[in-house]
Amino acid sequence: MAIFLTENSKVIVQGMTGSEGMKHTKRMLASGTKIVGGVNPKKAGTSVEVDGTEVPVFGTVADAMEKTGADVSVVFVPPAFTKGAALEAIDAGIGLCVIITEGVPVHDTAEVWAYNSAKGNQTRIIGPNCPGLISPGSSNAGIIPANITKAGKIGLVSKSGTLTYQMMYELRDFGFSTAVGIGGDPVIGTTHIDCLQAFQDDPETAAIVMIGEIGGDAEERAAAYIKEHITKPVVGYVAGFTAPEGKTMGHAGAIVSGSSGTAQAKQEALEAVGVKVGKTPSATAQLMREIMESL
Amino acid sequence: MDLFEYQARDIFAKHGVPVLGGEVAETPEQAEAAAEKLGGRVVVKAQVKTGGRGKAGGVKLADGPADAREKATAILGMDIKGHTVHKVMLAQTAEIEAEYYVSFLLDRSNRTFLAMASVEGGMEIEEVAATKPEALAKIPVDAAAFAEGLSRTKADEIVAAAAFPAELADQIAETLIKLWDVFIKEDATLVEVNPLVKTKAGKIVALDGKVSLDENASFRHPDHAELEDKAAADPLEAKAKAKHLNYVKLDGEVGIIGNGAGLVMSTLDVVAYAGEKHGGVKPANFLDIGGGASAEVMANGLDIILNDPAVKSVFVNVFGGITACDAVANGIVEAFKLLGAEAGSKPLVVRLDGNNAELGRQILVDAKLPGVEQVDTMDGAADRAAELANAH
Repeated sequence: MAIFLTENSKVIVQGMTGSEGMKHTKRMLASGTKIVGGVNPKKAGTSVEVDGTEVPVFGTVADAMEKTGADVSVVFVPPAFTKGAALEAIDAGIGLCVIITEGVPVHDTAEVWAYNSAKGNQTRIIGPNCPGLISPGSSNAGIIPANITKAGKIGLVSKSGTLTYQMMYELRDFGFSTAVGIGGDPVIGTTHIDCLQAFQDDPETAAIVMIGEIGGDAEERAAAYIKEHITKPVVGYVAGFTAPEGKTMGHAGAIVSGSSGTAQAKQEALEAVGVKVGKTPSATAQLMREIMESL
Repeated sequence: MDLFEYQARDIFAKHGVPVLGGEVAETPEQAEAAAEKLGGRVVVKAQVKTGGRGKAGGVKLADGPADAREKATAILGMDIKGHTVHKVMLAQTAEIEAEYYVSFLLDRSNRTFLAMASVEGGMEIEEVAATKPEALAKIPVDAAAFAEGLSRTKADEIVAAAAFPAELADQIAETLIKLWDVFIKEDATLVEVNPLVKTKAGKIVALDGKVSLDENASFRHPDHAELEDKAAADPLEAKAKAKHLNYVKLDGEVGIIGNGAGLVMSTLDVVAYAGEKHGGVKPANFLDIGGGASAEVMANGLDIILNDPAVKSVFVNVFGGITACDAVANGIVEAFKLLGAEAGSKPLVVRLDGNNAELGRQILVDAKLPGVEQVDTMDGAADRAAELANAH
């Protein structure tokens, strides 16, 4: 088992025929993901050979779902077209839509979220501006390298891509049930809380690593949620203690505004509910190592 | 991107929000001419992207063009909380009877937008929120208003929630509808009017405003490019931006290059902790070279960091994910060729881990680059970089 993404997931790629889409479709296929199609209205009815596998191209998400039974979409379309791609996936009723694209206007993301909510949240949205998610050994939807580690019992949720890779690498001898990169934008679909809840319910996940960064109050809210609902051990890490106020640090959402969104406040909120927070990624991995060895 | 007050005023005017006449000036002469144009009596206001300029003496009343020139002379060049005043706005005056507050903003927590309104205008809204939270109305704005504009019903709801005087309800509701247009049509993440004033004549006017625009939306707003404040940008930040590098200047001594925003933020923290043991050295910058890390990008990044006189040592921290470490190592070797003698001018600590780390490390060992040393762990490398910065 894993969360959100399993060996049975059938994945389509919106924007597969673009350069990023093609590069990562190859990588996803190579790591064992069941890629059942691509979507490009201009190339409907054709197929693309990807390292020896024929991948059919459909005109719409709905058509791809009908013909292949796809239940996951990974979006690689450019920022100006991301809203349209996501709305189409929601309209088609796909179960999981993973938006990798960086640079999506926040109004567009908010609109997508509002549209999805109005439709009863049938589609789980992950991202935008995220590396996607991987259930090692089973499936890989996005750009997380599949060769870092194996399947195991640690669940990971992170706002940052490279910190996800770093943490998976540090704990590679234990392996992961699922690692989810939720993205660094101010508005994102799936949150820390959604992942914590899913990991809590997943019998294959024994412990959880949660990585946050400056900006917003998602970590503080996650801390409150952990207190009420999470019984599995959680270890935390927060990046951005040295970030100056008012400066965007790479991720559009990573900004300390006035006195809100600081790393200090996030760490304090997590520690207040008993979550051990590491000072560095390696120290955080060490905390998790101790937990895994004691289980 | 945060705008200056005069830019916010212009954008308000463009969308029909009631504002007073205003002109921007960069010299006392321009200020005098602007005052003349605006009818003589004006307020001269320092244009800085920080609060508290009134207390700092950055806002002065002028009773005519000559006086405006004098006041502008005093204000231009002032330092307000570390911001140098390069421009003043000359604004027509109004007789103020009451000061209110209204804003629209992104509500990150609820993944939607929020209207805030209060009859307590004129002071910092954080202060109102802290001292009189009951006086600050917060009303979520739902998705329908994205495409259709703010409905009169929603505007009335905001007016009622804030308890604005009944005789102003119409005017304020109309102003809110136009402010929402600014928010949506300009892809803003914040549109704030503080104060929104009632004049003696009973008119509602946006007297001062703050607007933040979403830079991710710039592809549909080519006109936003000219709103950027190039004069205030740090020269190294400007140079980095021209090379499409994600760079933020900080005030320490250890130059940082890494891949991925989260890892780079983390690197800054780890260097700062390490610095506690090494004379208190700190990170000198944030620089995310992204996934690719080609030789050219590495050379551009190193060039900017080595040209920062505050930098005493450099820490290159890369986790090979999609990019293999041998490619990154080759990028560093090529960057040294491109930069020539400049490259070895400051000690460089490299940590490569992840995909093909062994290969990458061997490439750097074989290349014998001047001043370059490798440490295998992030914490260890940060410690070494801090030690080297403190020793120089």
